[in-house]
Amino acid sequence: MADPQNKETNKIILSIKDMGKIYTSKKNQVKALEDINLDIYEGDIFGVIGLSGAGKSTLVRCMNFLERPTTGTVIFDGKDLASLTKKELLRARQSMGMIFQQFNLLMQRNAVDNVCFPLEIIGKTKKEARIRALELLELVGLSDKAEAYPTQLSGGQKQRVAIARALASNPRVLLCDEATSALDPATTHSILELLKQINRDFGLTIVVITHEMSVIEEICHRIAIIDNSHIAETGNVIDIFTNPKTQIAKEFVFPGGDKLDRVVGSRCCEIIFDGNSSYEPILAKTILECKAPVNIMFANTKNVDGKAFGQMIVQLPEDDILANKVMAYLRNQNIIVKEVEAGV
Amino acid sequence: MFNSVALDMFSTGLLETLYMTLVSTLLAYAIGLPLGLALVVTSESLSKTAHITNSILGIIVNLLRSVPFLILLIAVTPFTRIVVGTTIGSTATIVPLVIASAPFIARLVESSVKEVDRGVIEAAQCMGASTMQIIRKVMLPEAKPSLVIGAAIAVTTILSYSAMAGIVGGGGLGTIAINYGLYRYKYDIMLVTIAILVIVVQIFQEVGMKLAKIGDRRINQ
Ligand SMILES: Nc1ncnc2c1ncn2[C@@H]1O[C@H](COP(=O)(O)OP(=O)(O)O)[C@@H](O)[C@H]1O
Ligand SMILES: [Mg+2]
Repeated sequence: MADPQNKETNKIILSIKDMGKIYTSKKNQVKALEDINLDIYEGDIFGVIGLSGAGKSTLVRCMNFLERPTTGTVIFDGKDLASLTKKELLRARQSMGMIFQQFNLLMQRNAVDNVCFPLEIIGKTKKEARIRALELLELVGLSDKAEAYPTQLSGGQKQRVAIARALASNPRVLLCDEATSALDPATTHSILELLKQINRDFGLTIVVITHEMSVIEEICHRIAIIDNSHIAETGNVIDIFTNPKTQIAKEFVFPGGDKLDRVVGSRCCEIIFDGNSSYEPILAKTILECKAPVNIMFANTKNVDGKAFGQMIVQLPEDDILANKVMAYLRNQNIIVKEVEAGV
Repeated sequence: MFNSVALDMFSTGLLETLYMTLVSTLLAYAIGLPLGLALVVTSESLSKTAHITNSILGIIVNLLRSVPFLILLIAVTPFTRIVVGTTIGSTATIVPLVIASAPFIARLVESSVKEVDRGVIEAAQCMGASTMQIIRKVMLPEAKPSLVIGAAIAVTTILSYSAMAGIVGGGGLGTIAINYGLYRYKYDIMLVTIAILVIVVQIFQEVGMKLAKIGDRRINQ
């Protein structure tokens, strides 16, 4: 979840205004993005989450003009990308690193030569490039694999090489398109830790594209939820996590929330932990105090610095008097309590 | 039959064949490699001019590829005479060999380069690499093993074309086989030329495959 000490300034590094993208082929047109408005602040770790086909990759490819938006503007570091000449655009791209789900390393080059590649592109000499590449490999913890070829590296190691490569030209922004989606949970965690470290140490702005809420929770400060070519919701990850407004946001926050349909008819209550209460066993205390059983239908909470974030849905006792008692008790705690219809 | 005169004849034939084959291969690559790369680059670009260029190049390549070599060999004789000054002998044969094999090589190069992972090319674009840098630093090195195999196929194909040119006095082993085997019924001499041709093809093929394997970092450290 959000890093409270993020080095975010209030300078906007990447701004997208009224952007749309339609893919046109001979036979048909696919509307991949519409009405996209986003501001990404320097030093932020910005998340974009959406289901497969929602338009995430298209969005990230429009950010570096690998795809030209059909409408709207993309402003990177104060420059409207559409107004740049071909050469200036290549220069601008050199200030944006990118990593991918499939790593996309050069298979015929070893790790250090892969990291040298973007340095050769910007005209560094072989010697300069190699020195810098070795430093970067050290930064990502792969000094011992400098001479290894991609086929000799694990997925996590390949992604580390890709990160070193993306950082080589000192980019202002690092774009990550599903960068951990091909990795197992432990490796995912270590890669996210590395990204966090880079954000913290260098203040590098990172854009994380993913379909996994856990990735967003782990490293993002601000997020946009993209659904069906549109931005459904944007905001701080905590705000969206504690109070998702749109259907799609609820689906990400309450994965498997449809299970609640099974308790149709009984009274339920939603408890929101917004960070104002300490992380203590509220439910256990409720049960002890009210001498009433409650049934946890859904829980998604996080303990951040001793504060509770997230929400919980509990089924109240059958007996109305008992149920009211539980509600009254909960309302007296320092948390938000709402009685809800079963089925979120 | 295997007196010194015959040995001389075979070795001169072999040298002529190798000369025609290798020089033609080099010249054909000088045309076919850029042409193949142009086919790839223009097919991937979104611009209209690139699209039209791609169609025109494609049509030229296909037209040349669909003319049988023997017919092309005869059809280009006026052009050969202008370029080389004669239409017989191994140097003259290089002209039709290059014309016939350059489009074939362009297609070989095109298919090798198209095998390169799109994602890797996209990564290079993201780093701000220009088209020329992508060709030089991504497409060619990444496609190298496949390009080397393609080169082995090209060399052996050009070798067999060069033997065909023997019919019109193209020189080399083909001319020996036709002059002795076909016109004088000396089957033993024909068999020897065939054996030499087979061995040379095998050597080119094997060397090509080995080189491709040694250079491929996906399987070799
Ligand atoms: N190059 C393309 N040509 C045509 N349609 C595309 C292209 N790339 C993506 N699309 C379409 O755009 C939509 C969004 O795709 P994408 O941005 O890849 O989604 P995501 O990354 O969220 O899975 C999909 O319907 C997809 O089929
Ligand atoms: Mg995608």
